[in-house]
Amino acid sequence: MIEQAFNGLVGGAFYALLALGLAVIFGMLGVVNFAHGAFYMLGAFGAFILLDSFGIGFWAALVIVPVLLGLAGVVLERLLIRRLSGLDPLYGFLLTFGLALILQDLVRRQYGVQSQQYARPELLDGTLNLGLFDYPAYQVFVLALSAVVCGGVWLALTRTKIGMIVRASTEKPELTRALGIDVSRWVTPVFGFGIALAGLAGVLAAPMRAINPLMGGDLIIVVFAVVVIGGLGSVFGSVAAGFLIGVVSALGNLYVPALSQTLVFILMAAVLLWRPAGLFGRQEGLV
Amino acid sequence: MKAKGLTIAVATAGALLAGCGGGPGGGGGKISDGGVTLAVLNDQTAIYADLSGKNSVTAVEMAVADYKAKYGDKAVADKIEVISADHQNKPDLANSKAQELYDRRRADVILDVPSSAAALAVANQAKAKKKIFMDIGAATTELEGRQCNKYTFHYGYNTYMLANGTGSTVTADGAKNWYIVYPDYAFGQDMNRNFTAAIQKAGGTVVRSDPTPFPNDNFSTFLLKAPNLSPKPQVLGTMQAGGDLVNLVKQYNEYKLQDKGIDLAVGLMFITDIHSLGPDALAGTKFTDPWYWNANPQNRAWADKFMAKTGKRPSFAHAANYSAAMQYLEAVQRAGTDASDAVVKELEGHKFNDVFADNAEIRAADHLLLHDVELAEVKPAAEVKEPWDYEKILKTIPANQAFQPVSGSCKL
Repeated sequence: MIEQAFNGLVGGAFYALLALGLAVIFGMLGVVNFAHGAFYMLGAFGAFILLDSFGIGFWAALVIVPVLLGLAGVVLERLLIRRLSGLDPLYGFLLTFGLALILQDLVRRQYGVQSQQYARPELLDGTLNLGLFDYPAYQVFVLALSAVVCGGVWLALTRTKIGMIVRASTEKPELTRALGIDVSRWVTPVFGFGIALAGLAGVLAAPMRAINPLMGGDLIIVVFAVVVIGGLGSVFGSVAAGFLIGVVSALGNLYVPALSQTLVFILMAAVLLWRPAGLFGRQEGLV
Repeated sequence: MKAKGLTIAVATAGALLAGCGGGPGGGGGKISDGGVTLAVLNDQTAIYADLSGKNSVTAVEMAVADYKAKYGDKAVADKIEVISADHQNKPDLANSKAQELYDRRRADVILDVPSSAAALAVANQAKAKKKIFMDIGAATTELEGRQCNKYTFHYGYNTYMLANGTGSTVTADGAKNWYIVYPDYAFGQDMNRNFTAAIQKAGGTVVRSDPTPFPNDNFSTFLLKAPNLSPKPQVLGTMQAGGDLVNLVKQYNEYKLQDKGIDLAVGLMFITDIHSLGPDALAGTKFTDPWYWNANPQNRAWADKFMAKTGKRPSFAHAANYSAAMQYLEAVQRAGTDASDAVVKELEGHKFNDVFADNAEIRAADHLLLHDVELAEVKPAAEVKEPWDYEKILKTIPANQAFQPVSGSCKL
């Protein structure tokens, strides 16, 4: 039971990293980024390509891939996303959804749909004794790293001036602008950062999950549910809901396997009935 | 006005019929629409695109070339066309594409159609249009069971054969207690049923079987649960396919279940899956294979030709597509026509050997192809001498033992 709950946290680590990126992008740009799953997929393929074509291993990929994808995000924001500001959110949906399909198809053309091989880093090949039980070292690493990253982002957002500006403009962009802060300066780096987080999750997934062009599309639906449960635009809520959903679906698999797929959405419906803005979302009109 | 229209219609029809008959070297005007059209309907973009997909079309084209070379001027079907369509594994799309292929694109036979729900939809169209359908890609036994029909043939493999080969053998070898995880849709449920039956018949027990979401990238809960079941299972039987199988096996290795005394048995595996995971991740895993490219020199010779065209070694689905197209054309040749009823009659009960099927018979009672299949084991990487040579054949399961007896639920 405790082991399973811990196990759920590991699964939740991926949701948290992806949801965190989605939440900051949505908050700051007002864009629901449907291409987020595709960037997660590109992260995994990035790690695979670095190793397969250049002999660059996991540890370097952990840095290189998010940086490259972050830069790609910056370019993307400058070229395309930027043009959406002020338009109906539907345009954002169409643009990012189309982008996801294009990225997925390009990778499929090149590599086919069969999964690619990627070995676990040797250092993390064994198991760790966690007191109550043994657990694969790699998964402990995944959990630890994502906790550090999420914690780091949270500290940066709450303890630094830049963070406060970003947080303010994430959660209340109009009000922030009204205070004379130039929100637009932060839009591009925030978008790039969100994409980099998706890339990081992809690199982490490479050794433990099937690397194929469809991997992002399958996962992103759950991540959207996570963001909604946490509260749209709430950075803390997304991370908390990510880990929560991980644990819920792990326990769901344990006790009612047939229901586990729908459990996330049942939970989403229940949360929305109880708190329409999500667990940590602020109710509009109350502020 | 009406009479004039009718005259034109009759004249046109007459002209068309005249135009079709007795082409150069033709078989006496018995081929409709001026030629034979073979349609490959399968997944060319989604999860089954690599294990069948476009390369199945290539395999069918190889069959057409070999048929032409064999019969030359005596070929009944002198004008043969191969066309294809993508159904993306969606039953509704498969249904409308099948209609289009039969009606507008004049397909005489539809081949392949992976994914059970899609195959059943196409079988219904074949029945309604009285056109032939030879299914290769789908595993469900419904095709030769309750949902069988006169124009549908099931070619290559099915869930019973997979369960009977792997489930029985692994249980008989001493692994009595099983934990089965299966994807929660038609194929997985069918596999779970057939495996459970085969295991119990061999004297084993299924300790527990769990449905898993489909698709699914995280199997850790089930893997953690396995060693804690009581009695502890000796085998984890996975009915997952494609990317889900890859996810599960990666995680199986990560949780080191083999060290905890739980072996892995895979319900359905394609050579492309072994290629994805690498042989070491699966070394020692037993599974049933309808056909293996390097099992004998004959298979290998065909696989070499296939590789020259595609750059890859063929999966069993590729070889079965070749065989089905060839047997269809041979039946047209014997019948002297491509009229469906006559071709069906030639296929029913036909016995043959070809590059895909040994000791094969198309069973007249339910249109299931019986043939010898292999029980295989994945080689460890150290024993792999060349790319794609991943399998060691443990034994051949004779055709009459590999497949189920006639069920009685099929009324042709």
